[in-house]
Amino acid sequence: MKLTLKIWRQKSRNDKGQFVTYTMNDVNPEMSMLECLDVLNETLIEKGEEPVAFEHDCREGICGSCGFMINGVAHGPERATTVCQLTMRHFKDGQELVIEPWRAKAFPQIKDLVVDRRAFDRIIASGGYVSISTGNATDGNTHLIGKDTSDRAMDAAACIGCGACVAACPNASAALFTGAKIAHLGILPQGKPEQDRRARGMVAQLNTEPFGSCTNIGECTGACPKEIPLEVISVMNRDYIRASWKKRDDDVRTVRPVTDWSLSSKP
Amino acid sequence: MSASTAVTADQNRAPGFWQSTNGKKAVMAVTGAIMFLFIIGHVAGNLQIFEGPDKLNAYGHFLHSIGEILWVVRVVLIASVILHITATVQLALRNKAARPVGYSRKQAINSSYASRTMYWSGPIVLVFIIFHLLQFTAGYIHPGSQFIEGDVYHNVVAGFQVWWVSVWYIFAVSLLGLHLRHGIWSAFQSIGYNHPRHTPLLKKAALIIALLITLGYISIPISVLLGLVK
Amino acid sequence: MTLDSKLPSGPIETAWQRTRFDLKLVNPANKRRHSIIVVGSGLAGGSAAATLGELGYNVRCFCFQDSPRRAHSIAAQGGINAAKNYQNDGDSVYRLFYDTVKGGDFRAREANVYRLAEISVSIIDQCVAQGVPFAREYGGALTNRSFGGAQVSRTFYARGQTGQQLLLGAYQALERQVHEGTVTMYPRTEMLDLIVIDGRARGIVTRNLITGELDVHIADAVILGTGGYGNVYYLSTNAKGSNVTASWRAHRRGALFANPCYTQIHPTCIPVSGDYQSKLTLMSESLRNDGRIWVPVKKGDKRSPDQIPESERDYYLERRYPSFGNLVPRDVASRNAKAVCDEGRGVGETGLGVYLDFSDAIKRLGRHVISERYGNLFDMYQRITDEDPYKVPMRIYPAIHYTMGGLWVDYHLQSTIPGLFVLGEANFSDHGANRLGASALMQGLSDGYFVIPYTIGNYLATNKFPKADASHPEAQAAVASVRQITDKLLSIKGHRTVDSFHRELGKIMWDECGMSRTAEGLKKAIGQIRALREEFWQNVNVPGSGDDLNQSLEKAGRVADFFELGELMCIDALERNESCGGHFREEYQTAEGEAQRDDEHYSYVAAWGYRGPGNAPELIKEPLEFDYVHPSQRSYK
Repeated sequence: MKLTLKIWRQKSRNDKGQFVTYTMNDVNPEMSMLECLDVLNETLIEKGEEPVAFEHDCREGICGSCGFMINGVAHGPERATTVCQLTMRHFKDGQELVIEPWRAKAFPQIKDLVVDRRAFDRIIASGGYVSISTGNATDGNTHLIGKDTSDRAMDAAACIGCGACVAACPNASAALFTGAKIAHLGILPQGKPEQDRRARGMVAQLNTEPFGSCTNIGECTGACPKEIPLEVISVMNRDYIRASWKKRDDDVRTVRPVTDWSLSSKP
Repeated sequence: MSASTAVTADQNRAPGFWQSTNGKKAVMAVTGAIMFLFIIGHVAGNLQIFEGPDKLNAYGHFLHSIGEILWVVRVVLIASVILHITATVQLALRNKAARPVGYSRKQAINSSYASRTMYWSGPIVLVFIIFHLLQFTAGYIHPGSQFIEGDVYHNVVAGFQVWWVSVWYIFAVSLLGLHLRHGIWSAFQSIGYNHPRHTPLLKKAALIIALLITLGYISIPISVLLGLVK
Repeated sequence: MTLDSKLPSGPIETAWQRTRFDLKLVNPANKRRHSIIVVGSGLAGGSAAATLGELGYNVRCFCFQDSPRRAHSIAAQGGINAAKNYQNDGDSVYRLFYDTVKGGDFRAREANVYRLAEISVSIIDQCVAQGVPFAREYGGALTNRSFGGAQVSRTFYARGQTGQQLLLGAYQALERQVHEGTVTMYPRTEMLDLIVIDGRARGIVTRNLITGELDVHIADAVILGTGGYGNVYYLSTNAKGSNVTASWRAHRRGALFANPCYTQIHPTCIPVSGDYQSKLTLMSESLRNDGRIWVPVKKGDKRSPDQIPESERDYYLERRYPSFGNLVPRDVASRNAKAVCDEGRGVGETGLGVYLDFSDAIKRLGRHVISERYGNLFDMYQRITDEDPYKVPMRIYPAIHYTMGGLWVDYHLQSTIPGLFVLGEANFSDHGANRLGASALMQGLSDGYFVIPYTIGNYLATNKFPKADASHPEAQAAVASVRQITDKLLSIKGHRTVDSFHRELGKIMWDECGMSRTAEGLKKAIGQIRALREEFWQNVNVPGSGDDLNQSLEKAGRVADFFELGELMCIDALERNESCGGHFREEYQTAEGEAQRDDEHYSYVAAWGYRGPGNAPELIKEPLEFDYVHPSQRSYK
C-alpha cells in the first residue's frame, strides 16, 4: 500500500522544526508503525539523509518508550495499542499520516519525535513506592488481599509511563499517570501506612512540574494504551484532600525540574 | 562532578493546597456545588410564576423580609463565584502554558462536547448573570418597560416580552445547562469520588438534572413569548 | 590462569549462610564513603542499586534508556519461580534446586543454583511488600501457575506482565533512593568502556546519548547488570536496544566470557511475517499450560486447522513426552517444533510454525477462564496477526529469547577483574546450558537484592582504594579508545546501513549457531562473520555527527561488538563437542534425536579470554562437580 507520511523534523530543542513529507510506495499492511519508520529510515540513510529519530525499545507495548501523535491521536487510531503494535492494516491505501511528537512544556523536545519524560521519574521519586528496604519483608501471605482488590491495584499498576495521557490531554496534565501510581499503592494494604504522605509528595511534585491541570474530560484514558481508568484521578484527589486535611507539618519537599542533559565537567 | 543528567536536584518546599491544581479543582467543586444549590432554589422559586402574580410577588417579599440571612446567602454566593472564577482563570493560564507549542492536528476521542466547552460556557454565563442581576434585581437595565420595585411578576413578564431579552436568556441558560452537565459529575471526580458502577449513573443523572433545570428556566420566557403568561 | 570460583565447601544447605558469615562487613558509618557504579537498571541492576543505596553506599546508576523503568526486564510475561510450596504439591528449595540443575542439563554450578532456590522465597516476600500485585485467590492468598520443566506449581505471576510489575517494584525502590540522595540516576547514558586501574575495576567511560559528551566516572567498584546478548541474532524477543556492549568492552579489558554458545530458544513466539520484521514477539510460555501443540500428520497439509480432523493431527509433544507433554523444557519444545517443520509439516504461509490450540481448554474451562488467564496475551496476538485465538489456533515458532552465557563470575558474582561484579542475565552463573521458564526474573532479583549487597561489602571492606580521578592515565586511555571507535564509525560513510549488516550477521548466527549446529556450519559461519566484519569497517554508513542524539551511531557501536561476540559464540559452539540444553550439535544426539551430553569430556564451564583483535581467544576451563544431583540423561518422557 501507498502512504504519505508528514513527519515532524527538529534537530534539537532550540531548532524551530518543521514537517517534512515522505512518500512510501511499498508499505506492507502486516508491518508495525515503527517497522514502517525503520523502512523509511533505511531509505533515508541510503540517500545520505539523517534518519528520523524516534524512541522505541521492547516493541511489545510494555516498555513505554515509543509514542507519537498520528493524525492528532496519541499512539494512533487503535484503542489500547502503542505505536509499536499498531499494524499498518489499520490505515487506508493512499492515506496521509501526520506524525508529530508529544507536545508539552513538561516534556521538552529532544530531537524529531523524541521528548524528555524525566518529569515522570521525578513524580515517582517523590513518593511512588512503599518504603520497605530489602530484608524487611514478612511472608508473602501475611496480608491476605482479596482478588478484587488485587485486580484493581493491578489495573492501575499496568501503566507503562509512555506519556500518551499527557500528550492527549488538552491541558497537558499528568493526572492519570500520577493517579495510577497513587491508586495502585493506596489500594493495597502494603501501601496504606504511607498513603497520606505519598499523595502529598506526588501531588506536590506533579504541581511543581509544568503540567496543566485535570479538567476531568477523559481524553487521557481514551489515549492510554493500557486503558487506565479515570477513577485513578479521583483516588488521587481523595487521597490528596484527606492528606492535606490531616497533615500536621509541611515536611514534603519537591525537586526542581531539570531540563538540561549535559554534565558540567568534561574528561 | 555535577549531576545534571541525573534525576536528583535541589529540593524545594511543596506547593500548598490552593497552589496545587488539585486543590483548586476541589475548591471549584465545592463552590460549584454551592452555586448549583442556588440554581435549584432559584428555578423552584421562579416557577411559581405559573401560579399567578400574587404567589410570585409574595415569594419575592418573603425573600426580602428575611434580611440578614439573605445577605449571608448573597455573600456566600459572591465568594463562591469569585473563588470559582479565580481558580478557573489561574488554571486556564497554567494549562495554556503547559503546551506552548500546539499540535498541527488534534482529535478529541473520548471527551464530551460539554466538557470541552467549559471554558467559554462559563464566561458567557457569567456575563449573562451580571446582565440578569442588573435587569431583574437592580432594575438598571430594563428595556421595553418600567421596572417596578416589588412587582416581580410585572418585571419578569414585561422583561421577557422583549424578544431579544428572551433569546439571550434562553441561549445563556442552555449554556448553563451544558456547563452543569459536565460540572455536576466532574465535581464528584474532583473531590475524589468515582466508582465504576455509580459514576455512569451519576453522569446520566447529571444530564437529566441539567436538562430539567434548563427546561425549567426557559419555560418562563417561552411562556411569556407565547402569551401563556401575561 | 586458573579460575577460583570461591565455591563454599561443606553441606550445600548451609553454604550460603556460612559464606555470609565469613564475608567481611563495612562499618555503617563508612558505607557512604564507598562509591559504587551500577550499569543497567533492570531487575538485576535496578534492585542492586536500590539495595546498595538503602545500605548507605554512594551509588551511581546508568541506563541507556530515557528512564530506568524501561529496562528490558519489563517485557517478561510469565512469572517468577519460588519454592514457597504454598500449593502443598511437594515443592521445596531442594526440588527447585534439583529442577534447575537438571533443566540446565548439568552445566551449572550446584552451589549457585542452591543459593538461588533458597533466596527465591525471600524474593516473593520482598516483592509483595513493595506492592507488586501478584495474582491471588478469592480468599486473598497468593496463587501459582505451572511452567515448563517442573511438575509443581511454583510460578508467581501478575497477569501476563510479571516482569513489568517486578521491575516497577525495583524501579520504585530505586527512585526512593534517588529521592533520599543515596543513588544518582544517569538515564540516556551508555557505558562504552571499563576503566581498570592497578588491575581493579575503578570506573567507566560513558557517552551522553543526548549531547554526545564522553564522561569518566570513577568509583570503588563497578557492577554490570546489562542483560543478555540475544540481539546478536538481530531477530529475537529482546528489546531493540538490548546489547552486549558493556559486557563486551569489559571482556576486552580482561573479564572472561563464559559459555557464550548457550542461547535459549523460546518455543512460543509469533512467527516471522516478512523481511521488514524488526523483532519477534514472545507469547508467554504459560500458554502451554492450557494450549495443546500440534501439526498436521500429513506433509504440506494446507487445509485450515478446523478442517483437519482429530485423527489427522499430531500432538507431537504429548506423543513423545507423555509425562511432561506440552510442558517439556524450552529447549526440548523448540527443537521438536523445528524438527516437525523441517519434515515439511509446519503451518502458515512460510511453513515455519506450529499450532497452539486452546479449543479443548475453552471447552473444558469456558472462555471466561481462558480469558482471565491469558486475555492480554490473546489480545496481543490478535493485534499483531489479526487472527482471533479464541476461534483459530495460534501459530507459534521458536525464537531467540535468552542467553545463559555471559561474563564469568565466581560465587561472589565477581568477574575475573577484581571490583567488577556482574549480575543477572549478563553473567553466566545459574542456568547452565538451558534456563527453565520463570527463572530469569528470579536470578536477576536474587543477585541484586540478596547476593551482591553481601559480597560487594566484603570486597570493599578488604581492599584499599587509592584516590583516582578522570585525569588518571588509564581513564584517559579508555576515553581515547572510545573516541577513536566513535570517530572511526562516523568517518567511514560507506554504502550500507548498520541494520543491513546486523540483519546479515543475525541470519548467519541463526542458520549456523541457532537451534542446531554442526562443526561444518560453525566453521563456515566464523569465516562469514569475519568477512562481514571486515566489510562493516569499510562500508558502513553512519549518518550524522557524534555530538547529539544519533541512534545510528549507538547501533553501530553495538553491532561492532556483536560481530566479535558472534565469532566467539561460534568458536565456543565448535569447541563443545556435545549437545547440552540450548546447545544442540547435530553430530551428538541419541537415536531418538535427544541431546547427547558428554560428561566425561565437557563437564566444565568454558571461559574465554580476550587476546586482542584478530587473535584466537584463550580457553580456560572451570570443571563442574555434582555432589547432589547426579548427571543423567534428562528425560521428560
